[in-house]
Amino acid sequence: MMIDLLQIAAFNATYAQTIDSDALEQWPTFFTADCRYRVTNIENEAAGLPAGLIWVDSRDMLYDRITAMREANVYEQQRYRHLVGLPIVKSADRANAVAETPFLVVRTMHTGETTVFATGTYRDRFVVEDSKLLLAERVVACDSSVTDTLLVIPF
Amino acid sequence: MDEHKVRWKHDSNVRVPFAVYSDENTAAREQERIFRGAVWNYLCLDVELPRSGSYRTTFAGETPVVVTRDADGEIYAFENRCSHRGALIALEKSGTADSFQCVYHAWSYNRQGDLTGIAFEKGVKGKGGMPASFCKDEHSPRKLRVAVFCGLVFGSFSEDVPSIEEYLGDEICQRIERVLNKPVEVIGRFTQALPNNWKLYVENVRDSYHASLLHTFFTTFELNRLSQKGGVIVDGGGGNHVSFSMVEESSADASYKEQGLRSDNSKFRLRDTTVLELFPEIKDGITVQILSVFPGFVLQQHLNCLAVRQVLPKGTDHSELNWTYLGYIDDTPELRTVRLKQLNLVGPAGFISMEDGCVGGFVERGIAGAADLDAVVEMGGDATTSSEGRATEAAIRGFWKVYRQHMGQEGVK
Repeated sequence: MMIDLLQIAAFNATYAQTIDSDALEQWPTFFTADCRYRVTNIENEAAGLPAGLIWVDSRDMLYDRITAMREANVYEQQRYRHLVGLPIVKSADRANAVAETPFLVVRTMHTGETTVFATGTYRDRFVVEDSKLLLAERVVACDSSVTDTLLVIPF
Repeated sequence: MDEHKVRWKHDSNVRVPFAVYSDENTAAREQERIFRGAVWNYLCLDVELPRSGSYRTTFAGETPVVVTRDADGEIYAFENRCSHRGALIALEKSGTADSFQCVYHAWSYNRQGDLTGIAFEKGVKGKGGMPASFCKDEHSPRKLRVAVFCGLVFGSFSEDVPSIEEYLGDEICQRIERVLNKPVEVIGRFTQALPNNWKLYVENVRDSYHASLLHTFFTTFELNRLSQKGGVIVDGGGGNHVSFSMVEESSADASYKEQGLRSDNSKFRLRDTTVLELFPEIKDGITVQILSVFPGFVLQQHLNCLAVRQVLPKGTDHSELNWTYLGYIDDTPELRTVRLKQLNLVGPAGFISMEDGCVGGFVERGIAGAADLDAVVEMGGDATTSSEGRATEAAIRGFWKVYRQHMGQEGVK
């Protein structure tokens, strides 16, 4: 069966819920073991600049990010609400798919301050492994080049 | 206007009045006396203006500035303000232009910032137009002096500021040269909006005391920091600094991965330690070098992660930190990957130092009712000189020493 839009949309919904409900230990399980994950902005992407605020080339690095967040880093309590749009499926077959999906992340601080923290698109490459849909690559291309204060919870 | 809202209670800088971060008059005076005064403001990198006509827009403090490269290969900088009604002349962050034209009434400027054309200067059908006495040469936007050091482009509104080499000081020059010793290229740009006065960030950069206390990544993962030695260099004037960590020459080739990760019994372990792999390249044993130049420039070498940071004030209680990450043009793909991976350690999402983004806000909020009180800046006494070890606030005091000179706030009021 070919990977389809609905499958990717359902994947993204679960992905967003996992982050927003603070089940972050599960976040790496959406990726392949040798995944790529990068948070950048569209200006860097347009200019072909490879850097990322987060730059990952293994799933273990995703686990490490969550451990660091839980145990090491200092930040004020905050949570996200993702609104993830419908994916545009650029190509798909049984084992691979390329898609781009818009997102909005609203950040609520423990003080109650609620702001739009980021908007952008997920630029994704999916694969099927053991009949499970996984991200081989997710580039989080933020519309704005500005990050407020700090980025601790992943997008 | 309350001239005395900011009261320095000591000649030395062991106390910093909290009002200096919040007072509006102080903020306005900083723009005039510091950012448009006798300082060198970092503007951009030489390599960001690759050809004739390349330009970038940036700021000297809050004053908008255009930086250009003209056909003679030289770099010019001028205020990004049309001399007619004051609108921005250039709107984009960067681009290429033969000349500049204000969108409002089409007054035009060459790449050196000279006013060259006025729409309908002679009027329309003999009616209207500018008086014959109006002299375009006398109405260019203010120009900045430009100095380039190791590919870093600085600009100054002052005719009195010393040469860039003298301003930096010998030791700072050498420490810049050891990092920017060969051609670089930009590998990414990010801006961090900071919820605090700009001075809280430039103090944080000069504060070697907080590093292992606020930032607990290394201790949490029980990583043995290779860098056992360190020190702080404060330049003669006090405004510029370097804090550094180094390993002994003999072990400089050893990577963090080999030496830094131990203990099967540590509670938390990194699963992927490649993020800490050090690729020995400068080979003088210095693994971390954070360098600042008064008022708002930072050059970072953190392992192999190279960046320049530009601190810009945005009102009294906000600032912007522009990160420009660099690689050397001759990086191998493997080395480039090491550099990119180490981006995880620093910056707005950096494992080691993301806290620098929020801690200034904690101060900002903490001092909301304390305008008459002072911060204590007394680690290492009242010295503003270089020292071994990092339990000192000498570089912070050095900043305030130079700040007070510029602001005319020397002496006790």
